[in-house]
Amino acid sequence: MPQEDGNIVEMHGITKRFPGVLANENVTFCVRSGEIHALLGENGAGKSTLMNILSGLYKPDEGEIFVKGKRIQIGSPRHAIEAGIGMVHQHFRLVENFSVAENITLGMSTPRFLLDMAAIEDEVLALSKEYGLQLDPKAQIWQLSVGEQQRVEIVKMLYRRADVLILDEPTAVLTPQETRELFATLERMKETGRSIIFITHKLEEVMQVADRVTVLRAGRVAATADKTDVTSRQLASLMVGKEYSPTLPGKTALETAPVLTLSDVTAYGDRGTVALDGVSLEVKAGEILGIAGVAGNGQRELTEVITGLRKTTSGTISLLGQDITNRTPLEVINSGVSFVPEDRYGTGMAPNLSLVDNVILKSYRTRIMCKGPFINYDAARRQTQGLVEQFQVKCAGIYSRARLLSGGNAQKLLLGREISSDPKLLIAAYPTRGLDIGAAEAIRSILINQRNQGIAILLISEDLEELMRLSDRIAIMYEGKIMGTLDRDEWDIERIGLLMAGVRDVQHEEALT
Amino acid sequence: MSEPTATCEKKDTVPGRSFRIRIEKRLETPAWWNAVTPVISIALALLFGAIFLKLTGYSPITVYKIMFKDTFGTRYGITETLVKASPLLLSAVGVSMAFRMQLWNIGGEGQIYMGALAASWVALTFTGLPKYIMVPAMMIAAAAAGGIWAFLGSAPRAIWGVNEILTTLMLNYVAIFWVEYFVYGPWRDPTAFLFPLSPVFPKAAWLPTFGNTRIHWGLIFGIIAALGVGLLLSRTKWGYEIRVIGENPSAARYSGMNISRNIILVMLLSGAISGIAGMCEVSGIIHRLQAQVSTGYGYTAIIIAFLAKLHPIGIIIVSLLFGGLLVAGYSVQIYGIPADIATMLQGSLLFFVLGVEALAQYRIRVIRN
Amino acid sequence: MTQTTFGFITAVLAAAVEAGTPILYAALGEILTERAGILNLSVEGTMLVGAVSGFLATVATGNLAAGILGAAIAGGIIAAIHAFLSVTLKVNQVVSGLSLSMFATGVSGYLGKPIIGVAAPVSFKSIPIPGLSKIPVLGPMFFNHNLLVYGSYVLVAFLWYFVYKTRPGLHMRSVGESPRTADSLGINVSFVQYTYTIIGGALSGIAGAYLSLAYAPSWIEQMTAGRGWIAIALVIFAVWNPLRAMIGAYLFGGIEALGFRIQVVGATISPIVLKMMPYIFTIAVLIITTARSASYKNEAPQALGVPYERE
Repeated sequence: MPQEDGNIVEMHGITKRFPGVLANENVTFCVRSGEIHALLGENGAGKSTLMNILSGLYKPDEGEIFVKGKRIQIGSPRHAIEAGIGMVHQHFRLVENFSVAENITLGMSTPRFLLDMAAIEDEVLALSKEYGLQLDPKAQIWQLSVGEQQRVEIVKMLYRRADVLILDEPTAVLTPQETRELFATLERMKETGRSIIFITHKLEEVMQVADRVTVLRAGRVAATADKTDVTSRQLASLMVGKEYSPTLPGKTALETAPVLTLSDVTAYGDRGTVALDGVSLEVKAGEILGIAGVAGNGQRELTEVITGLRKTTSGTISLLGQDITNRTPLEVINSGVSFVPEDRYGTGMAPNLSLVDNVILKSYRTRIMCKGPFINYDAARRQTQGLVEQFQVKCAGIYSRARLLSGGNAQKLLLGREISSDPKLLIAAYPTRGLDIGAAEAIRSILINQRNQGIAILLISEDLEELMRLSDRIAIMYEGKIMGTLDRDEWDIERIGLLMAGVRDVQHEEALT
Repeated sequence: MSEPTATCEKKDTVPGRSFRIRIEKRLETPAWWNAVTPVISIALALLFGAIFLKLTGYSPITVYKIMFKDTFGTRYGITETLVKASPLLLSAVGVSMAFRMQLWNIGGEGQIYMGALAASWVALTFTGLPKYIMVPAMMIAAAAAGGIWAFLGSAPRAIWGVNEILTTLMLNYVAIFWVEYFVYGPWRDPTAFLFPLSPVFPKAAWLPTFGNTRIHWGLIFGIIAALGVGLLLSRTKWGYEIRVIGENPSAARYSGMNISRNIILVMLLSGAISGIAGMCEVSGIIHRLQAQVSTGYGYTAIIIAFLAKLHPIGIIIVSLLFGGLLVAGYSVQIYGIPADIATMLQGSLLFFVLGVEALAQYRIRVIRN
Repeated sequence: MTQTTFGFITAVLAAAVEAGTPILYAALGEILTERAGILNLSVEGTMLVGAVSGFLATVATGNLAAGILGAAIAGGIIAAIHAFLSVTLKVNQVVSGLSLSMFATGVSGYLGKPIIGVAAPVSFKSIPIPGLSKIPVLGPMFFNHNLLVYGSYVLVAFLWYFVYKTRPGLHMRSVGESPRTADSLGINVSFVQYTYTIIGGALSGIAGAYLSLAYAPSWIEQMTAGRGWIAIALVIFAVWNPLRAMIGAYLFGGIEALGFRIQVVGATISPIVLKMMPYIFTIAVLIITTARSASYKNEAPQALGVPYERE
């Protein structure tokens, strides 16, 4: 294989198959010393798979890898670390109940037996100061914000003297301001001669921070180029393969009565800390209220208090004027609330049961679905068939297990089920997370469609672009509080970003006083 | 296990080799595997038992021959198999209900004892009752006692999330001591010399048997229970809730099901069925209460339930097989071989099934270059 | 009067340590296993196999050390089966543990048939530690026991240190907390889980040998009488901490010892009812630990019983 000077990593002809999926096909990918190299592609394009191969989690079916000019076999993460490759995964690899310093020393081979935590803490502190990554080495991971946890991950790799740092969608969990800080850190690391591989699906980020970019599409390399040689528009078409319409047809929301009203709602999280702190908001019929915010700022708890899965400690929740505070989940469902939960397989479905059994998850109690104590499986089958056809769910038959559905098809079925009960309010938490572009667009148009039919929709997402396309209004959450609610003509990405970071809208407040 | 350093390696090209063998995970295990699994597993368990017998100085072939002949080869063997299968069947149906909901009811043994105790109380207290009232009354008492015992084991789980494996198990020991307490104490039959036995029940409290065999109505109760539970789980709203809760409790909560209430209801029914198994033992066979009501039927039932994958028809078949194994175990004792060989075979059968099933998730693929 | 009360209390405390030690060994083993994320419910059966193997090895060699070694090896083998099923084949750990427990019980009954009623040729005897054993109350309680009891003191101290203060301990805990994290940092998850499951089984084996070579000392079928299960409950009570396991084990031992001795003082409770006490006490302790303690939820290894698969 030709070895180019200045390349620290070369991957040649990488192919990786999973049962039923060709994740990478003959991929060639090279990274130079001291560059920031963006790996761009849609969800499911094979970016993470390729990097999991480089970091030793997967073994490629075909192809070879050279690091610093030497061909190596990366059989395990240990090999990758020893070759100087470190990866910060999208879902952090941190032990929640360990301290920062314990997490950083984890997996190292020295000292072999006795741990002198004080010494390790000092080292961590020195390293974090050097790169301007503020950290308390004694803090437990679960006490840290997502941004801080990301810093721990980066310091962990620096501590291992990684020359090549892979970051998988690092900005997904950050506010725009935190993202800027991260980019500054990356620049500083580049200056010390390290190479950074930056996995993303966001074009602006590539244009902002990368030196070069490789575009993956459907498991293959679509192109590799210097940033200066390409435009965003070219990258977009390389990434998607076809143009897609960026806006969705809609109509302006009518001035209608509120369907859902929360006033001053407070609730505790799983760890016993305050997760919702005096939340007040309103969703009207025929509008989409978007909730923006870094994940983990109370969004999950918000959905849970409305749907009765979590108790509030104060405040009231009402639906069409009727008080539903602290009702049981069943009572909330019966009053007309549908819910597409964040974890579609873990909460929204019973993955080992059939599609039919999943479709009747909420309707099995209704008159049409039963005959006395028995379930009317004829009606269930008809309903499932109907949903599968209406929402174009691709499946191996309605009696196959739900877990065999792809993410997009599972979400279509779930959303279809939730809509089919003619709800007054639909709560959708991260409905397009992890879906490929086609499925995500399908889900978005279903949501718009429902809104246009007069349903009130509460949409939670971490994708600001999506929120700004779909929402009539956006409320921003930070540390369990609503920092502000903005109309279409009030918002811009900077303003939302500041609120997401907990910075109060100064002008806005001045205008009020 | 892992190499300490990154290794460099030459590309390994063997001339003339045009295919590679890969092991990969299947998405779905094909149906024929489900049919083959029990056969392979039984063969492996027997092989394993044979090695064990050989190592401890017995001839496996002779032992297996005796076991088979004395179980399925004689009228007595067959009827005894059915007698032993009855409590196993009932108790396995009982625990399988709980397992469907991922509730680890390991208390079948204790529930059997409590069922036997309550049934004996009815038989020894209301001695004048006619059979058509006595037997149902004993059944109700046994079901209630078994149900309550299972409830005691599961209520801490439903309320506080306490590990029910340990609570139901601890209650097994307590139940056995209660039976001991009564047969050594208040209910001790003064005419039974020093044996810890209650007086013999009135004839009205004897469960009818079939012909002149020892096979009693417990077998019929077991079959009814298996089919009833099967229908309940596959066709009814309640059964649907049980299945969803068992597969994914968060989905169940999300869809508005009441999990705590279901835990308690399912445990009550589960314990009630095992309780009836206990009643059948005292009322159908020994006709009095003794210190040892069950020789670990409640534990064997757990293995049966898992082996049958909680499927009612499967439970009936495996109960018969295991009943036979118990009889076989007793039959080889005459030749000086410990009856525990049966328990060993039963236990090893389950982990061979687990192993074969786990392996069935993989397939070997030949890839041509 | 006070003299006899005092003597009674001292005797019960000494007996508590003696009765608690087998539970302690088994619980220490299970703490290691569970800290590495594997739930091994076969402790009861493993103890029985340990008891019978230890006894047989001692009969064969006339040597107590060989007995302990034999018990540890036998226990390790049973645990290795569990490790294979749960780590390599990733089967449900509850099912695997339960079936293994029953299998092991069967094995113990099978192997133990010829030695029922045979007295141990040698057994562990109390060796009072000069000086220390003369301290009132504490002396008889802690310093007038057999070698296995003294060994357990050392083991508790070592394991406490190992779990919280050493790198292998940190790695073991990380595997139980988040195998995905451990794996991504080059820790060999399977190897760690195999290792601590097998060590855990070996300690259960020794716990069984304590019963057949020191406590009884003879082989009686089902002689563990639920102590293996109590040990698993003790792990929860101890919130996976070896030091707390020691305290808990003596508490359980104390309940058992009290049951024996209370009759001697002439209490009129039925001896059978007294025998129920350890089991009822276990349930009570489980309820209190689970319901009240927040540390229970935080200390429980987060990935306990969940098979790890790379995605």
